Amino acid sequence: MTATVDAGTRRVTTAKAISEGIAQEMRSNPDVFVMGEDVGPYGGIFGSTGGLFEEFGSARIVDTPISETGFIGAGIGAAVEGMRPVVELMFVDFFGVCFDQIYNHMAKIHYESGGNVKVPMVIMTAVGGGYSDAAQHSQCLWATFAHMPGMKVVAPSNPYDAKGLMISAIRDDNPVIFMFHKGVMGLPWMAKNPRSIGPVPEEEYTVPIGKAAIAHEGSDVTVVSVSMSVQHCLDVAEELEGTTSVEVIDLRSIVPLDREAILTSVAKTGKLVIVDEDYKSFGLSGEIIATIADKDPSLLKAPVERVCYPDIPVPYARVLEYEALPTRDKIKAAIAKVTA
Amino acid sequence: MVDNEQRIEFFRQMARIRAYEAALQANYHADKTPQWDIGAGLIPGEMHLAAGQEPVAVGLCANLVKDDAITGPHRPHHLALAKGVDINKMTAEIYGRDTGLSHGKGGHMHLFDPEQHFSCSGIIGQGMPVAVGQAMAFARRGTDNVAVAVAGEGAANQGAFHEALNLAAMWKLPVIFIIEDNDWAISVARDTATPIKDGSLRGTAYGMPSQRVEGNDVEMIYEACKTAVDRARAGGGPTLLEIHTVRLWGHFEGDAQAYRGEELNEAAERDPLPAYEQRLISAGILTEESAAAIKAEAEAEVNAAIEFAKSSPEPKPSDAYLHVFA
Repeated sequence: MTATVDAGTRRVTTAKAISEGIAQEMRSNPDVFVMGEDVGPYGGIFGSTGGLFEEFGSARIVDTPISETGFIGAGIGAAVEGMRPVVELMFVDFFGVCFDQIYNHMAKIHYESGGNVKVPMVIMTAVGGGYSDAAQHSQCLWATFAHMPGMKVVAPSNPYDAKGLMISAIRDDNPVIFMFHKGVMGLPWMAKNPRSIGPVPEEEYTVPIGKAAIAHEGSDVTVVSVSMSVQHCLDVAEELEGTTSVEVIDLRSIVPLDREAILTSVAKTGKLVIVDEDYKSFGLSGEIIATIADKDPSLLKAPVERVCYPDIPVPYARVLEYEALPTRDKIKAAIAKVTA
Repeated sequence: MVDNEQRIEFFRQMARIRAYEAALQANYHADKTPQWDIGAGLIPGEMHLAAGQEPVAVGLCANLVKDDAITGPHRPHHLALAKGVDINKMTAEIYGRDTGLSHGKGGHMHLFDPEQHFSCSGIIGQGMPVAVGQAMAFARRGTDNVAVAVAGEGAANQGAFHEALNLAAMWKLPVIFIIEDNDWAISVARDTATPIKDGSLRGTAYGMPSQRVEGNDVEMIYEACKTAVDRARAGGGPTLLEIHTVRLWGHFEGDAQAYRGEELNEAAERDPLPAYEQRLISAGILTEESAAAIKAEAEAEVNAAIEFAKSSPEPKPSDAYLHVFA
């Protein structure tokens, strides 16, 4: 452990923050290893394992063939024998070829065994669109994983949370789906919000799984979001300072969902906007609204506005994709509507 | 070489498994009357019994120690018993009792015994990559333990089988892939599902030593498994064994098996237990009396396990909410 460093003195990308968190856990725990496609010398297609191969070599940073069922299943086998694998599934959209290992095995073994077998593994995967990668490489899908019991699901919006959540995920005795949005990674080859590069302490620290952050305090309206969309929400909240007081809640985890944080904020503001890049129907936004309806519908002083991905596959052409994506303009319009 | 003491032990283990499957079959059907209902009775749900496949489990597990791992398929009892899974806890699990391996959360297709590194899965072929990962853990920790993945011949047409073989061969891991070829994937005959007559060719294709073992003979299976396990322990990498065995009964209990026709009678003639018993008696290794005593002892153990299960408490309904997360 190095001396405490002021978080403000060093700014790194989310990708660097993730790989640094993994490296620090690997140094202190020989049971941690990384496996996946292009995680070795390439450093992960989105940089999540940058520099790890140089430090740890091919024995612990394992490039795999394109056999997602094979290597995710192997991660499960290693985990049930007490290792702590971090397995990268390059794009979340690829889960279709290997979902049996994920939802029928990884997520269920602890329950099926009556608590006798633990599966301490992390699946990290890239999510999200905005760069014309179309229908099979742009989805978020966190609600799909969250719908099935037995997996924790996290999706950081910034470098600080990414490192702390990765360390928490590796140390967790449960399977954790770690979803990084390509747009928050701070990649040199993709347009990015400046928030994708930010202050990150050099030492190890954890961000608790299941605890939302109030990313921007406010009193007029609650805006609940997660992952990349949080960056848009913060831009809007700052822009509206002086006219509308916006409280932005960054969920950080979808499972467990910090329902208390949502209820507390909505109790204060009485107005709710949900911004979610995952599909609108049967998903996170509906679950958030149900949380309020179950507890006390009278908390809401106006109908909820949802800025979510419409129920369409992700289109290719830029003009079509941005018609569907959550944007700052749509968030502003939603805030204006609920606070009118 | 197999000695006579081992032969008697092979017979004892096979008789024990057969007694178990026969007792479960009788008890399973006993309280599903007058209207047969799959969800009724003390043992509810699907029930896949392994009568006929005893030589595979016994020949294999005679080569394994406690810290070696097995991932089994949906038809797992023979493997679990031969591996050393506690018969009382396993039976209580099948009866859905709190004293079961998983406190009644798993049932007969989801038996987990971490002490014996035994697990099984109801999804065809999907235990095979898991065994690869267990072998990774053993290799990384520098132990000489091996992981065994057991699946049926139908599973060899699954992607998971091919991905697992390729990974294990590429990384030279201590895995033994066992294909139990019982000729039938439920009602689909092997020769209508793949043009490959000798499944060991598939292992050869991935560059690993492979063998098809005919005869359903426990001693031949033992020898083939011994070669494979010794090689894996010595760092020689994986092996694929396709073992031709027989499914004496239905895919699951309640399966009328009309699709088998005359083959069902032939299958009964291939029952490995009376054949091995007669062989050992003819060779003077067993007598009629000693063989009968072994079978009686097995039945007594099985009956005691069933009594243990039946007299055990059910889990509390509210326990359904436990163990989703660690």
